[in-house]
Amino acid sequence: MPLNRNLNEEQVMLRETVRKFAEEVIRPVAIELDETEHFSVELTKQMAELGLMGAFIPEEYGGTALDYVSYIIIVEELSRVDGSNAATVAAHNSLGVGPIYYFGNDEQKEKYLPQLASGKLWGFGLTEPNAGSDAGNTQTTAVEDGDYWILNGSKTFITNASTEITLGSTILAVTGERPDGRKEYSCFLVENGTPGYIAKPIHKKMMWRASNTSEIFLDNVRVHKSALLGKRGDGFKQMLKTLDYGRLSIASMGLGLAQGAFDYALNYAKQRKAFGEKISTFQATAFKFADIEVGLELARNYLYETCRMANEGVKITKEGAIAKLYCSELAHLASNHAVQILGGYGLIKEYEAERYYRDAKLLEIGEGTSEIQRLVIARQVGCFDE
Amino acid sequence: MNILVAVSRVPDTTTKILVGSDGKFIDTNNVKFILNPYDEYALEEAIRLKEKNGGKVIAITVGPATAQDILRNALAVGADEAVHIKSEQNFDSFFVASQIAEYASKMKPDIIFMGKQSIDFDSLQVPSILSDILDLPLATIVTKLNYEGNMVKAEREIEGGKEVLSLQMPCIISAQKGLNEPRYPKLPDIMKAKKKPIEEIDAPNYENNIEIIGMELPSRSRLNKIVGDTDEDIKEIVRMLHEDAKIF
Repeated sequence: MPLNRNLNEEQVMLRETVRKFAEEVIRPVAIELDETEHFSVELTKQMAELGLMGAFIPEEYGGTALDYVSYIIIVEELSRVDGSNAATVAAHNSLGVGPIYYFGNDEQKEKYLPQLASGKLWGFGLTEPNAGSDAGNTQTTAVEDGDYWILNGSKTFITNASTEITLGSTILAVTGERPDGRKEYSCFLVENGTPGYIAKPIHKKMMWRASNTSEIFLDNVRVHKSALLGKRGDGFKQMLKTLDYGRLSIASMGLGLAQGAFDYALNYAKQRKAFGEKISTFQATAFKFADIEVGLELARNYLYETCRMANEGVKITKEGAIAKLYCSELAHLASNHAVQILGGYGLIKEYEAERYYRDAKLLEIGEGTSEIQRLVIARQVGCFDE
Repeated sequence: MNILVAVSRVPDTTTKILVGSDGKFIDTNNVKFILNPYDEYALEEAIRLKEKNGGKVIAITVGPATAQDILRNALAVGADEAVHIKSEQNFDSFFVASQIAEYASKMKPDIIFMGKQSIDFDSLQVPSILSDILDLPLATIVTKLNYEGNMVKAEREIEGGKEVLSLQMPCIISAQKGLNEPRYPKLPDIMKAKKKPIEEIDAPNYENNIEIIGMELPSRSRLNKIVGDTDEDIKEIVRMLHEDAKIF
């Protein structure tokens, strides 16, 4: 199906603009940034100027007020060229801005959204060293102390939380026990620089090496009660809803990465000759492209349709999980084929196939592993009903 | 300051071009069209001039109904208004220039910008014909501009060097790569472009001055000869170019 079928004029122009920017500005530096693990403040500023950082922030707060399909196209086109910079944008919008925009009060929105639309970053502190898929095992605590809350604990794998342009992070903490005996969770907006709050980059990553991934330590961090996001006890619900939408971002990154690896390998296969013929004409190669193309068509149509559902306000728990699972596994397939098609060059860092291959792996782990997605889908179809 | 920018819609540089079934024009099916790359420099220059001096930028194009997307593009980048001279027929450079001239003679812009050429037919004629019809000074293939009062100093590329011209406004400038670094449209501006006005004008019927008799793709057959580097070989290359390839 044509790439831009059923898209409106603005969505097509968004795609063209972001693709051009990614090809002209990001691609020439992507290998170097990846190799040196360099988070580029400069590139992030340029992306903010283009309007990529405030994708669904309303215009009155300086955002672009995009619908979901448009947002997903932006992430797709960035990811087609570079996973790291796509991650900066995707995590910022869906995990950084998302919770403040959806659950924040007017005062919090007015305080943070204009800054987050114009180049400052915000993290989402959910995962802990001992609480990944098992978010129920969160150990960070917040204890009420007059008009303040005192936070203690640690977070890890938090995107965008420790750059020089990071404003702060949303921190999920246990705030007590509910009447039914379960833990009560609440989210807090904690600014970088708050005494006792330390955020620092994690290095030596396999993938997304030019994006900022952080660990956070909270040692008696005092925040005013106005930093509570939404109502006390809403933390887990807020987190689950954020992840429902966050999955669309990761799905989009998978789709974009698969398309990028496909385009990169096809370009190579149409030039490279073996046994006197272009290798793209060998069935063993051609069928790989056919298989990826099938996946790309199905993934794109399903993801866009899921985004349209999200726009309508329909619950997308199952659909988001399906999109995330399918697109991230497609990214793995496509980048694996890309490396194989490039042969020896696929293993060399001067070529981009191996970066696609490394970056793809995160997508099957971050924001809910593929196993957790299958669990979500199975639960939605009733496997575990009484 | 009133600025007119003429833009055109051309096939994307990466598009595979095929000849249509009539053998006289390209097959436009499945062809992706873009704003002519040289027009991006013209548009950027116009917007910068407006940002400095105030006024407004009007983008104009001559083309079929489908050409409106490049006007939206120009509006997203920063043009204030757009004019679409609609014509579904295949036309030559004289037609395009005369339609732009017709509009310009009413609008009376202080300066007209356009790309040095459109990358579809590459005839480089529109700026010169427009200059002739409007009787306005023209600098083509311009790589640098300076403005002093109502004078424009234009640096242009010539064979093996550069030439500096001084023109009095109103005047026409055709832009070459290097004139500036075109900006990317900002996402909020893309969303707002739809609200900006596009004036539609039906072009009159017109008989082309130039008739396209036939169009074909370049022959792909090659001589595939490799020769050495002695004087005799060079003579042989000259002979082959002259007699076999008939290049000169």
